[in-house]
Amino acid sequence: MKVLEFLLRTRGRQRLHWTDVLTYAYLTLGLFMMFAPVLWLVASSFKTEAAIGQFPPTFMPYSQRSVAVPGHEQPLPLFLVTLDSGQQREMAQVRRIGIMATMVDPANPQDTVQVNIKQRKPVNELKFAWSNYSDLFRKFTFGTYLWNSVFITVVATLITLLFNSMAAFALSKYNFKGQKSVFLLIIATLMIPPTIILVPVFLVINQVGLLNNLWGVILPAVATPTGVFLLRQYMLTIPDELIEAARMDHASEWRIYWRIVLPLSAPALAVLAIFSVMWRWNDFLLPLIVLSKSEHFTLQLALNSFQGELNTQWNYLLAMTVITLLPVTLVFAFLQRYITTGIASAGVK
Amino acid sequence: MRFLSLFFNLLEPFFRLGQRWLGLSRLGWLFVAPNLIVFGLFTFLPILINLVYATTGGVKLFPLERPFTGAENFQILFECGNYLDLSTCRKDVFWRAIGNTLKFSVIQVVLMVLLSLVTALVLNRKIIGRGFWRGVFFYPVLLSPVVVALIWKWLLQSQGVFNAALVAADRAPVEWLTDAGWAFFWTVFVSIWAHMGFYTLILLAGLQAIPRDLYEAAQMDRAGPWRTLTRITLPLLMPNLIVVLVLAAIRAVQVFDEVFVLTGGGPGSATTFIVQFIYQTGFAEQIHLYGLAAAASLALAAFLIVLTLAQLRLTRASDAGQKAR
Repeated sequence: MKVLEFLLRTRGRQRLHWTDVLTYAYLTLGLFMMFAPVLWLVASSFKTEAAIGQFPPTFMPYSQRSVAVPGHEQPLPLFLVTLDSGQQREMAQVRRIGIMATMVDPANPQDTVQVNIKQRKPVNELKFAWSNYSDLFRKFTFGTYLWNSVFITVVATLITLLFNSMAAFALSKYNFKGQKSVFLLIIATLMIPPTIILVPVFLVINQVGLLNNLWGVILPAVATPTGVFLLRQYMLTIPDELIEAARMDHASEWRIYWRIVLPLSAPALAVLAIFSVMWRWNDFLLPLIVLSKSEHFTLQLALNSFQGELNTQWNYLLAMTVITLLPVTLVFAFLQRYITTGIASAGVK
Repeated sequence: MRFLSLFFNLLEPFFRLGQRWLGLSRLGWLFVAPNLIVFGLFTFLPILINLVYATTGGVKLFPLERPFTGAENFQILFECGNYLDLSTCRKDVFWRAIGNTLKFSVIQVVLMVLLSLVTALVLNRKIIGRGFWRGVFFYPVLLSPVVVALIWKWLLQSQGVFNAALVAADRAPVEWLTDAGWAFFWTVFVSIWAHMGFYTLILLAGLQAIPRDLYEAAQMDRAGPWRTLTRITLPLLMPNLIVVLVLAAIRAVQVFDEVFVLTGGGPGSATTFIVQFIYQTGFAEQIHLYGLAAAASLALAAFLIVLTLAQLRLTRASDAGQKAR
């Protein structure tokens, strides 16, 4: 042991081994790879429509300054002009024909010059276009999509928690005939990916009259095998003596379930709730086939259909994307530990 | 809180009644009933109906109104004039989708598992702020496929940052998503970007489960880092690696959402994968060919079963290997 301690100590005193440098270089590269695209998206979502069309693009939302010049109705874009004499002046552009532009001094509207467009550079200022966000609610029925997504996520998560915890309670605290088969049956559905039963699921949803109905997205996936498994494993650790004691006090089984077992399973319920929120908020294929009318669209569907239609209006599309990724990012920032340990222990996403 | 207890109290009489009728020994059924009904309706029943769809034709949705056609759907899918030339197949898109899916899966799974392994090994070193770094790689996993696709679409569009970099380096800009080769590359890249963190996490959990004293013993024996990796870490990580490999393969074969939004399956059918073929045949095209879509999904199911069996085999083999060692 002494040798080992000695080895560890010297290892610890060494400032930075070259492998440590490599490690942190790798991690920093990872940080850049994972977050830079998202940051670029968020920064771009504040660009005005004009700034978004600029090439080459800038990271921050710069847009060209414009000035009101007497004698012109619209504000004119401002440029930094290098005159033939080598002198530099800030001038507004009146018009541009081919490669020649007519520039005017904003302070002195009579003073115009003709310059080659290579001689002028736009004067930019940092300008956050919050209107990208506010317009979403005014110009589009964005509120509806947001509401649909929130409704589906919240209701589905509540039902998932209820149904799955009931099943988990029965599977962990009772001994009934066929219990094993029920458990195996539920676990077996883990092996059946939703993509291969797409057509018949569509039929069933249609037959029960839930096509183009938010409930048609909520119900088919409330019985999650993952949830039942997670909760059952947790409830197995709750001592049976507690339940026996409650039975002695003539508590009904339903009361035992919701007054004793449910509160004690809170950590597992929290993990499942986080998962369920993620699944529902991000769900795409099922809503895609069930909800075909735009008033029922979830955020994901709206984004998908907008990216086809609004090809030129990236500023709105980006703002909408940011709003969609915001809740997930917040959940992640605050509950990262629960999510990662939950996944590591259950091995499911 | 008050609302919640009101809700549970309202259900109480119903369950009391159930308890009286069924008795304690069968009350469990009442508790699993909601789950079983949903499973039955939306999972087990559909599996059976899928077989009906696959063996019937026509465009009617209701199974009983569909004429029985036997194996015709499979014939349409699989028949080719000349199996060496895909364009002679009756459904050449299906074959292309299969080819694309296989190519995608092999490349994506190999690269992703390697990258996840390296990342997990790095995260398992003595580093400051491991929780933070772990979160960094995990963050994209939580993003929705649509958001992931749009993030990258914005970077890759013809006026995007990648082309700006090319122009700045005096190169000609590239149409990343409308050039067949590049579009395929980016589907692989983006899906690795989005899912790598999940597999890293599983592998990291596996790494942390390896007993420390093994490494200490190796250090005493003056085993170098490479020897420690190949003789201790990798063999002991094998069960996790197999899980990750098969899980990644099962997911890769079903790739759909991100690619659908990113490239729409294009250009042409360069990034059309099997699930998108099912979706298009069954739902997106003018005539909904449910039978054909169901037949294609059965083919996919068969493939997934093979993968799952392979996993069972491999896990058993590696367990046996562990015991032998």
